[in-house]
Parts: sequence; C-alpha cells; structure tokens
Amino acid sequence: MSVIMPKEDLRTLSRRQAIISGLSAAVGSGALISDEAGLRAFETDALTAYRQPPLAVVLPRSTSEVVSIARFCSENCVKLVARGAGTSLSGGAIPTGDAIVIGLSRMNRVLDVNFLDRTATVEAGITNLAISNAVAHARFFYAPDPSSQLACTIGGNIAMNSGGAHCLKYGVTTNNLLKLKMVLMDGEVVELGGDFLDGQGYDFLGLATGSEGQFGIVTEATVRILPQSEGARPMLIGFDSAEAAGNCVAAIIADGLIPVALEFMDKPAIRVCEEFAKADYPLDVEAMLIVEVEGSPAEIEDQIGRVGEIASRFNPKTLRVSQSDAQSAAIWKGRKAAFGAVGRVADYLCMDGVIPLGKLAEVLKEVEAIGNGHGLRVANIFHAGDGNLHPMIMYNANDEHEKVIAEQCGSDILKLCVDAGGCLTGEHGVGIEKRELMRYQYSEAELLQQMRVKAAFDPQWLLNYGKVFPLDLQERFAAEARAHA
Amino acid sequence: MPDVTMPTTEAELADFVKTARASSTPIEVCGFRSKREAGRPANCAALVSTARLGGIVFYEPSELVVRARAGTPLHELEATLARKNQELAFEPTDLSRIYGKDSMAASLGSVAAMNISGPRRILKGAARDYLLGLRAINGEGETINAGGRVMKNVTGVDLTRGLCGSWGTLAVITELTFKVLPKAPETRTVFFVGLTDEAAVGVMSAAMGTPYEVSGTIHLHGALVARLADPEIAPAKTALTALRLEGSPQSLAHRVERLRRLLSPFGESYELDHERSRYLWADVRSLAFLSAQFDRPLWRISVAPSKAAPVVRALSAFLDVRAAYEWSGGLLWLELPPSADASVTDVRRVLAEYDADSMLMRAPRSVRSGIEVFHPQPVAKMNLVRALKKSFDPAGILNPGRMYAGV
Repeated sequence: MSVIMPKEDLRTLSRRQAIISGLSAAVGSGALISDEAGLRAFETDALTAYRQPPLAVVLPRSTSEVVSIARFCSENCVKLVARGAGTSLSGGAIPTGDAIVIGLSRMNRVLDVNFLDRTATVEAGITNLAISNAVAHARFFYAPDPSSQLACTIGGNIAMNSGGAHCLKYGVTTNNLLKLKMVLMDGEVVELGGDFLDGQGYDFLGLATGSEGQFGIVTEATVRILPQSEGARPMLIGFDSAEAAGNCVAAIIADGLIPVALEFMDKPAIRVCEEFAKADYPLDVEAMLIVEVEGSPAEIEDQIGRVGEIASRFNPKTLRVSQSDAQSAAIWKGRKAAFGAVGRVADYLCMDGVIPLGKLAEVLKEVEAIGNGHGLRVANIFHAGDGNLHPMIMYNANDEHEKVIAEQCGSDILKLCVDAGGCLTGEHGVGIEKRELMRYQYSEAELLQQMRVKAAFDPQWLLNYGKVFPLDLQERFAAEARAHA
Repeated sequence: MPDVTMPTTEAELADFVKTARASSTPIEVCGFRSKREAGRPANCAALVSTARLGGIVFYEPSELVVRARAGTPLHELEATLARKNQELAFEPTDLSRIYGKDSMAASLGSVAAMNISGPRRILKGAARDYLLGLRAINGEGETINAGGRVMKNVTGVDLTRGLCGSWGTLAVITELTFKVLPKAPETRTVFFVGLTDEAAVGVMSAAMGTPYEVSGTIHLHGALVARLADPEIAPAKTALTALRLEGSPQSLAHRVERLRRLLSPFGESYELDHERSRYLWADVRSLAFLSAQFDRPLWRISVAPSKAAPVVRALSAFLDVRAAYEWSGGLLWLELPPSADASVTDVRRVLAEYDADSMLMRAPRSVRSGIEVFHPQPVAKMNLVRALKKSFDPAGILNPGRMYAGV
C-alpha cells in the first residue's frame, strides 16, 4: 500500500473488550457492532483500494447518545471516526483498527421545515436528496448536488464541504448552511451559526465545514432551501477537440453568462457513460459540454441562443438542446452515473484538482500527456464552469504494480493543478489519499496553523486521526497531546 | 492616540508583528480607520495600518476573479470592476454614514475583516461566500496563505472563512482574492406603502420564496423613510416595503409582472424604474435611512425572518424603536434613544427568547467599553473562541479585547 496508515495504539487494542463493554453500557448493545462480519461493512468507503475494519461500530439514534460515545472515547483516549453513507472518494471514512466508527445513518429525520424562513433542519444522517425530496412539494430544493446525492448524507457533505454539478450558480455546502449542532470530543454540544444569516463573531460554522470529521461530530444541521426555478433546460455541445471545448467554457463565462451547470466530458468518458445511461450522447466527438440554463421560458430561450452563438465560434460538431423532461433527465443521468459507469469497465482513481479557468485547455493537454507517460487511460469528467477537474485514472486494482503507477499518475496530475495556480481538491476532500501532498500546496507554517485550529476543537487528536495532514506532523501533535494529558 | 505604523510591504508588516510578539506589545490593527468606532475599544500602545499595502494584484474578468491588497480602497476596486461590467455581488454595506466618515473611506481589508455584506446578500451570498482566498500575518508574524484563486477548494482547514469576520483579532489580512460576477444591466423595484411590520415580513418572505430572483428587500418604519433621497417616497413618512429585481429588461418585465400578481393579496404595489431604483438601493446600501447622530445607539440583530417582527414588537413595548428590516427581516437595524447603556439589558433580555445574534454597532466609546458589544456566547463556545484566538495569536497581541473582553 502506498498510503501508510498510522500505527495502531496497542494500549487501545489490548483493552478491546473493556471498550466494547463501555460503549455497550453507554448506548445499549443494539446500537453496537463488534463481530468480524459486521465490522467488514465499515472497513472502507468509495476509496476501495484501502480497507481496515474498525475496533467497533456504534450507531446512535440521538445527539445525547453521540455525547455519551464521545465522552467515553475521550475519557478512554479512543479514536473516533464519524461516518455517513461511506461515499467518500478520498478515504475520509476509512477507519484505523484502533478506532470506533460512529455511524450516523440512524439519525436521518427531517426535524423542521420553514418555507417562510427558507430553512430545513435535519439530522446529520439524512441523505442529500431526501432533503430536496422533503421540500419538493412546495417547489423548493436544497442546492448542492454531489453525484452521490442519492446515497451520501448531509453530515458527510458538511465534513467534505461537498459541491456538485449545480454549484456554479448556487455555491457549495458552506454557502448553503445556517447552523450546525456539533458534539465536541469532550461531550460538549455547541451550536455553530444560527437560524439567521451572518451573525457577528468568529465563523466557526465556516471553519467546521470541510473539516473532514476532525473538529467534532455534527448531529443536526439547518440548511437553506431555495425556490425551484421556473424551468431549466440542458443542452449538449460536442467539439472536435478538448481544447475547443475548454475555450468555449472560458468564452461563456467571459461573456457574463452564468449557466446553472457547465459540465465537460471527454471521449472516453462519453463512451462509457452513454453505454451505461443511453442518454443519446454524441459518440463522434472528442469532447462534450453539458450546459444547463434556467429561468422563464423566454429567459431559457434567450440564454440558449447566447450559448449557441458563443459555441458556434468554436466549430461545434453537435449542438442539441433538450426537447423534453425525459431527455433532460437522461442527459443528467449519464453525467451523474459517470463514476459508476467507469467503475463497470475498470478500477479507477478519481482525481479532484481545481485550476483557474484560463488554464483549462493547457492543463487538459498536460493531463493527457501525464496519462500517456504512465501508460494509463484517463477519462475526464468535470465541473468545467468552476475549473474542478475529475480525471479518472483507469487501472487494474489486482495488479499492485499498476496501482502504484496509477497513484503516481494521480499525484502528478494534482501537482500540475497546484502549479497551474489551483488546488489539490475541490470537493472530495484530502482524506488519506492526498494527505502527504498537502506539503506541495502549503508551507510548514501554514500546515501547522491549520493543525492548531483543528486542535482548538479536538485537543486530544482523537477525531478521524490519520487524515488531511501529513502523518509525521499529526504524530507530533498527538504525542504532545498525550504528554500534556 | 498611539503612533501609527504603516508598512509598505508584507514583509515589513510581518517584522513589525514579530517584534511586537517578542515584547508582548498589543497592537491595534486597522486599515483606513473608518470603522475604528465599531466593536469594543482596543487600548493598545501601538497601531498598525494596512493603508499603504494597497493595489490590485491581478484581475481576470474572464475568470471572474480579482486579487487585491488589503489597503486597496473599496471604491477603487469597485470602479475597476465596473469598467468590465462586473461587481462584488455581495455589495458591501457602506458603514461610513453611521460612523460619520467620508463615504469613500473603506478599505477592502475591512470588508473581509468584518464580513460586510449589503442588500444583495439575501440572494447572492455574503462577503465570506465570495472570498476565495487570502494572505495574512498571524500573531507569530508568520505569513499564512489560505484558499487560493479558484472557485472550489476544500484543501485543508478553511482558514479563509475562519479569518473573514475575525476583526483583525486572529491575523492581519494583507491580500484578498474575490470571486466577482457580471453586473445586471437593469434594476426595478416593486414596493408597498403603509404595511405593518408583520405584513411587510410576509411580503418579503413570500417574494423570496418565488423563482423571480429578488435581489434585495427592505422594510422601513415611517420615521426612517423620511431620510431617503427619493423626492416622492421620502416626504410620505409612511412605512416602505421594497423589493429589488435585476436583470435584462425583457426578463425584468416578466418577473416584475409575475411577482406583483403573486403579491397582490398583500395590497396595492407600485413600481420604480431603473433610475429611481438605483438611487433607492444606493440609499439602502449606505444605510441612508439611519440617523447620523452618533449618540443614538444602533443595534444590528440577526434573527430568523419570521421572528423579526415579534422581536421589534417586544422591544417597542418599553423603548422607542425605529426599525429597518433587511434580508427579508433576517437583518434588523434598530435605532434606539440615547441612553447610558444603549439599552443593552432590554435588548438582550428580549433576544434571549430567540435564536438571535446581536451587536451594538454604534454607541459612544464610554458605552462600548462597559458592555458586551458582540453577542454573549455560552461557556463551551467561549472556550472555542479562546482556543481559536490562541491558535493564531498565542501572545494575544492582535486587537486584544476588540471582540470579547480578555480575548
């Protein structure tokens, strides 16, 4: 394995039975999983190349149970990993053998919906799509829409500050939250944010969002819900080269148009997705854009006309506007099924770097060259409007050597994104996957500053240990915390 | 008045902070000092200003991104963006009037340090939502880069959000990168007159629940309406409830028509054309409806819109309250009669019944020294406040006490 997991704490492992009994006393045996077969279900997430069953799993039903679990773990110096649906692509929910996984899946209720204030308060284990479904009858929705929205939980979205295809217009998770209820490791419950926009005082809500489960365990969230637009329509535009598609994206944004979504797929990705979703994607093009606009029928017509006019400057091979709800649904089905579709033909690593829009065409060429250099196929699918690339590096997971090469290829692509003025991850998070690459983007002083902020929330370094920061630095902080205790 | 140091480079500023750190000398951090009378008074021997750390670093209109140093005058940046038909979509409120300053006085750094957002916040998001990245000097004198220039970034702890709105108490912001958006070509206003506060919040909330993209809402008590510039609206001195829509003329015609039809149960509505709308919303952005009288306490209250009118009503039972409801009622500006304690006990006693945030935005220095200017926090939250402060500024030298006593 090329990602090194932290050394397990032998003292914790030796107390396994006592810890399980203690947890059982805290939440009842019905909420506890400790048998080998049961633990296997929690050994990995969507970064399936890495697996490790935890010491035990607890499935609380209330904030007060989460408090008991956190307090018990804190008092006994046991690591804790919060888990939603386990759809992290960066290994954010993969435990260590000496950690307790706290699964929030049983806390999945909608607690309150207020259409006048345009808010919904939900438990952390509810799925992203269930929030939109709960308010759809009043023509409202929750905006961030990760591809995994059918399965992924709002708690996981908060941990990773998830984005989605429609965040070009509506923003990512952090832009759509009002309040979090968070259990700190010592069992204290804090409310971050409020039932309102932008109170004064430190932005703990902003700091906690995207903290990858290392600051506390979110049990409830109040999110903004938005009125659905009058209508929306996607169009497909196919080009002869990735470069032309990239330039078209930049031209659309430069023209002052902000489509609600602006997605890019290259030929390998189009082919795989089409096979899977039968979305009538053009198979004879090198690259394709999905551009979705919304508004009244007249506004949609107007924007489609403008996009079409801009695209025509780049000699599109196909330009097709969806003519029905069914066609629109098929277009999005193909895009949202991309990860699953590629997974049917090969194992893959999905990268998540972000680059400045102006570098799009240039970086795409370079990505292809990096793939070729490693002898691996790369399919590109990404949120073009905000420069968020998802190169999918295809490899054979049963071939240890090829796996190492694929990871090297991914690392080269991410370094390219940083060199281009971008960053390592736009929405998947650092997890275990990109932990050691953090030094490529940040100075030591910057990393230590981030880690001191993390320690302000979790001074014992027990929450989701081994993620986000280079391992040696974490070990240093954890050792200091132990010495202090 | 302490001496003011105005570094001309970031390195010079970092050295200044390092020296202060070595001698544990508290420093007051400021830009153009246009909002020095906001917050708790800092009592520091030294004062450092970013006023000479100005200038646009780069501006890429086709990527919707601009990077500028903290000491860049806000109006200069906005003028640069306007030349390319772009803007800071969160439309930072101009606080100069309430502090009796020149309206051109704000620095870009102050916008981020206080997370200042204006009327468009309700639709488009806050300053903190448009801040893509920043550079800052922490209390150790170290340079910290947070975020970057790209639209999406979840790489590590989000220090950008953490520093936005931290009032210079965690680090001195030296450079900021903002996402910008195209300016809408035209503006219209739909308005109602004489509505009660409850009805006005009803109108604003109903409007925000439509797909017609209302980009600003305001409800003013009659006494505040008199201070607006509009020659027809102001003299009436009756409550005004206004909704702003922006876009192309064709799109506006459709949305205004639909919106007015939908809101007809609330009473008769009127419309302002582009020109008059521009003046009205410029007045809203600069808080022209508030008194410039410095001894009149001014409170900024954040609360769920549906709770705004009950809060005002409860306070009105024993205080002469003049209220402005922004953000559909979610942001209240309350003007109170002068008093020795800015009526803090009454305000906070009423708010204790709600999930609300309050800040005493304006009061004489002597009043602000004696009370909690920022909303009091529960013990567990205050522990986080102290721990966060310590993580950036272990010696407590940056703007000590500016937000909370002893922090």
